[in-house]
Amino acid sequence: MVHGIQKKMTWGEGGLALAMTGLAVLSLLVAAKAYTTAYAFHAYLFAAASVAAVFAILNRYYERPAELPAQVIDGKPNYQLGPIKFATIAAVFWGIAGFLVGVIIASQLAYPVLNFDLPYTAFGRLRPLHTSAVIFAFGGNVLLATSFYVVQRTCRARIAGDLAPWFVVLGYNFFIVIAGTGYLLGITQGKEYAEPEWYSDLWLTIVWVVYLLVFLFTLAKREEPHIYVANWFYLAFIATVAVLHLVNNSAVPVSLFSPKSYIVWSGLQDAMVQWWYGHNAVGFFLTAGFLAIMYYFMPKRAERPVYSYRLSIIHFWALIFMYIWAGPHHLHYTALPDWAQTLGMTFSIMLWMPSWGGMINGLMTLSGAWDKLRTDPVLRMMVVSIAFYGMSTFEGPMMSIKAVNSLSHYTDWTIGHVHSGALGWVAYISFGAIYCLVPWLWNKREVYSLKLVNWHFWISTIGIVIYISSMWVAGILQGLMWRSYTKLGFLEYSFIETTEALHPMYVIRAIGGAMFLVGALIMAYNIYRTIVDGEPVKEASAKPALATGH
Amino acid sequence: MAHHDPVSAGKQTVWTRHQVFEKNSIILLIGILIAISIGGLVEIVPLFYLKSTIERVEGVRPLSPLELAGRNIYIREGCYNCHSQMIRPLRDEVERYGHYSLAAESMYDHPFQWGSKRTGPDIARVGGKYSDDWHRDHMRNPRSVVPASIMPGYPFLEQTPLSVPHIAEDLAVLALEGVPYSKEMIDNALSDLVTQGMAEDQNTAAFLKRYPKAQVRDLAAVQGRLTELDAVIAYLQQLGTQVDFKIYDDKANIR
Repeated sequence: MVHGIQKKMTWGEGGLALAMTGLAVLSLLVAAKAYTTAYAFHAYLFAAASVAAVFAILNRYYERPAELPAQVIDGKPNYQLGPIKFATIAAVFWGIAGFLVGVIIASQLAYPVLNFDLPYTAFGRLRPLHTSAVIFAFGGNVLLATSFYVVQRTCRARIAGDLAPWFVVLGYNFFIVIAGTGYLLGITQGKEYAEPEWYSDLWLTIVWVVYLLVFLFTLAKREEPHIYVANWFYLAFIATVAVLHLVNNSAVPVSLFSPKSYIVWSGLQDAMVQWWYGHNAVGFFLTAGFLAIMYYFMPKRAERPVYSYRLSIIHFWALIFMYIWAGPHHLHYTALPDWAQTLGMTFSIMLWMPSWGGMINGLMTLSGAWDKLRTDPVLRMMVVSIAFYGMSTFEGPMMSIKAVNSLSHYTDWTIGHVHSGALGWVAYISFGAIYCLVPWLWNKREVYSLKLVNWHFWISTIGIVIYISSMWVAGILQGLMWRSYTKLGFLEYSFIETTEALHPMYVIRAIGGAMFLVGALIMAYNIYRTIVDGEPVKEASAKPALATGH
Repeated sequence: MAHHDPVSAGKQTVWTRHQVFEKNSIILLIGILIAISIGGLVEIVPLFYLKSTIERVEGVRPLSPLELAGRNIYIREGCYNCHSQMIRPLRDEVERYGHYSLAAESMYDHPFQWGSKRTGPDIARVGGKYSDDWHRDHMRNPRSVVPASIMPGYPFLEQTPLSVPHIAEDLAVLALEGVPYSKEMIDNALSDLVTQGMAEDQNTAAFLKRYPKAQVRDLAAVQGRLTELDAVIAYLQQLGTQVDFKIYDDKANIR
């Protein structure tokens, strides 16, 4: 260590502090002239957050030593874990919040009195809160945490940037707060899974570009000759989500002082752009990103190398190329021209193959280690997630066939399908990763209790099965009732009769969702105990070398 | 994973060639961007220039300011989460809801509101199906008119005065994006809104010239002022009514 260096503020610190000061001033101006109180509230939140950021940057500067953290300590990379720890905790928090809102809106469908006749608690505002909380808040934080961890470990390099990783994690979570409070206050674009308004979208764009840069610069710093396969998937996820976000959210605000904007696309073209976005939010946010998690955490936990390197190449390129075409299957039999529907259906069916390529690569990684399923509930959770991935990536192509879709579309079958992917695949691989990550980050030997992991696994697995089977029954039942004719050739059921028929399934679904929530609460307790009083790692047996090294 | 590579044998295979992606993050990024661009370009771009994409139809007009204000409340409350506005050309749907939806009917919709789920029925052609009073009762408490309904009640809408002082700016932005709002429509936006919702006789003729066949009636009479509910009702009552299907020729637009 060199002593006595003059402490200097870095360009990053100075620049960010200045930019945040500018944002604070702008926010106050907007707050003063805002068209609506809800928008003024958001402007004040922006102002408060930027002031807090300036304070934090300056405080950190005065507290820190003259030198920035070393890249390498004793020949080992000095990994930056702070932002990862934050995102991991945030993932658990948002996950529980999102599951809870899910249980609430599921109950509202069974018992509408639970809407309470208030704007802030009605289904229409809470449903986007649920979807955004689970996809973008829970899923997004899992992706941030794991990508920052995996890219450092597999590159054997400290993450690029000093403040940048913190900016990404904190900025992203601030976006979540703005988006979520916005829905409750009635600020929405009215596009599914892209509800946040123009100013939240702009903010997310800035955060996301920094995320991409941090990821790319860390890859550039790598000490490994090859970029590990998980990072291909992370990069595809980050880059594609940027493209999707920018195109789908192109909008003209009514005014700087209005939260309202109008999407530049209209009608049919907007529908196509929206489902190109919507389906690839599934393909790249909820699939590519989580496949990256599979490619790192499965081999690590099983202590086996990835099954096939060549399969990973084939299914990576095939998956990202084909997914992007699948959007029109959300628009079968609509006013979208037939040629586009047919293209969408064709690629959706073909997509089955690369999806199962990924499933096989994940499952077969367990070759020679299947016995661990008996003893390791964390590994079991991840294996079951891959099984659910295989199941929902079979069901998806099947539902994209127009004849099947004419029945399933607009019904709860879609909801069931989404949840077999979201609960079974995305959430389970996330839980598995969190159970691995927390002991690694906080230097503990293992999670506090594997027994509790086991409880989590069984309660939520039963919850998922109850959830998706009730939705299959509800969806197929309603689809059949809608098209049912009497002998005299009249429609047999009025719409409301089909609604009434679904009541029992809606109750059962809410129970399934509640069980899933209980499982997540058990996890939160387990994580808390692991961090607070887990058994520390003994120095000698520090982390094993990467099982997946090149 | 070097043990899989035939590099040591010195042979060039597709697997060794793939290493250019594995060893250079920028080339990998470019490869990804090319792979993900093709499908989107092929499926989206032609929709903007193929003439057959949107049918040529008489009668589709931009929403009036009051209807637009209602539509914005419809979006704000997330109605699209449960109601579709897209009737598919399937026998049961056409019999239940009416003529299948045309692309032209939503061509001025920013954003589209076709929906993806029918927790409630499709409302693409709900206009004129029920009376204004039915809608008032239904929005106040859906179970008062449909006992088994699971729709939330929206009693607060009729208690909230309609406040859209900047509605002309909304029209201007939509005009910028290609909706045929004329300067006259933008300039008269606020007074047109009042005319349609309060049936101000002296302006009605000019208003109807700008928005042909729009329904003008005194919605404000119920509460003594225009409420958010009035705007929503104005929006709902025009849904699916702009095209006259008695004279529309399906065959002319077969794609």
